Amino acid sequence: MAMEMRLPVARKPLSESVGRDTKKHLVVPGDTITTDTGFMRGHGTYMGEEKLIASVAGSVERVNKLICVKALKTRYNGEVGDIVVGRITERRRSAEDELAMRGFLQEGDLISAEVQAVFSDGAVSLHTRSLKYGKLGQGVLVQVSPSLVKRQKTHFHDLPCGASVILGNNGFIWIYPTPEHKEEDTGGFTAHLEPISLADREVISRLRNCIVSLVTQRMMLYDTSILYCYEASLPHQIKDLLKPEIMEEVVMETRQRLLEQEG
Amino acid sequence: MAGLELLSDQGYRVDGRRAGELRKIQARMGVFAQADGSAYIEQGNTKALAVVYGPHEIRGSRARALPDRALVNCQYSSATFSTGERKRRPHGDRKSCEMGLHLRQTFEAAILTQLHPRSQIDIYVQVLQADGGTYAACVNAATLAVLDAGIPMRDFVCACSAGFVDNTALADLSHVEEAAGGPQLALALLPASGQIALLEMDARLHEDHLEQVLEAAARAARDVHTVLDRVVRQHVREASILLGD
Repeated sequence: MAMEMRLPVARKPLSESVGRDTKKHLVVPGDTITTDTGFMRGHGTYMGEEKLIASVAGSVERVNKLICVKALKTRYNGEVGDIVVGRITERRRSAEDELAMRGFLQEGDLISAEVQAVFSDGAVSLHTRSLKYGKLGQGVLVQVSPSLVKRQKTHFHDLPCGASVILGNNGFIWIYPTPEHKEEDTGGFTAHLEPISLADREVISRLRNCIVSLVTQRMMLYDTSILYCYEASLPHQIKDLLKPEIMEEVVMETRQRLLEQEG
Repeated sequence: MAGLELLSDQGYRVDGRRAGELRKIQARMGVFAQADGSAYIEQGNTKALAVVYGPHEIRGSRARALPDRALVNCQYSSATFSTGERKRRPHGDRKSCEMGLHLRQTFEAAILTQLHPRSQIDIYVQVLQADGGTYAACVNAATLAVLDAGIPMRDFVCACSAGFVDNTALADLSHVEEAAGGPQLALALLPASGQIALLEMDARLHEDHLEQVLEAAARAARDVHTVLDRVVRQHVREASILLGD
């Protein structure tokens, strides 16, 4: 049986391969952003003796009179209207809650939901009041940093390669086989436990490896980037996509294509 | 110790440095993908690793949650191979607890805890090789790790140790200099405002000399800030290039 082994190798800085320079205003905590008091302060800043000072390391974003600093990597902060994918860890143990929910959602289930409200201490309340949300069946979950999920109009995508994906704003990405027919009449959740075909499984595995490659090279995740990465990865075997050099190559090609498409 | 002069007549220390000179600092952020924030720092031969998780829900008893700010929980541990002699250090021993407490005081002063009420921020620091200035290395590593995690802080926290030999203040003591038994002081500073987050000394030092030693430590901490600032900016620039627009 042939086994492949690798020795540790010094990481070369990723940005060398991209070769572009950024025009953003980068700050670190303690830096003065501006002494102009006309601005409103947003996330990542605080007011200190007549100056606006950064409190995280990241890039300054200015929208009219609002200045905020977007940190490179943050824990997910819920905002109203975000789509999240998550696992139920604990449930309220009240009598009527048990009666209503017992049939549908139990602890340990994966669900997709929308953020309804955000409390002052950062806690969010979710709702699944639409047929597109609810319990998730067979598929693959990938956990990535929330800052890599691009904000778009919709986070539910049916990719032309043969699988569907839900890009949760909290960094949880759910890849699942595209349902054959849309069930619009029946609400609730019907368990689909039929075995998924090998072709579908391969598409899903390839998508999962593509997403992992994009994340290691710190690229934003959205439907177009995932699709281009999938297409760039077709010449390689699915398991080869986890090798660093192949990851680099595939993501480089994706980056090129995205740049061409923009410019 | 007979024959070992910590400061020669020409002004050189045991390792060839000048009185106010720092050891070489190398640091890296984002060394662990699994943690929210992580960093590794080498100050001369002292090596420390810091990992940060949070802010997240309070683990354990909910009663400990503070209604208006986040709880900062620091744990310090020293590897068995970190000193000259291999020594097993159980987790709850006095030195670890004391260091953990010092780190907690330092970071509660710097992290903007009011932005995350009822949550917890965990900072774990481990010393992999101890050659003097372990508190300083831990604070510097933890600062970088907290920055890597994106937790809002008032400013960097830069720390350095200082000693006093032959009427001269020495900055960034190595193990040999610490073991010689003179007074030593550890200072953690917020550089932009010059505010002191923590000042610790448990030796005898004449008050006339205190200002000189304190000044040397503050200057050294600002030098550390210059290095860490460069490391963070480089890291941020690289990452933002990759993310694109």
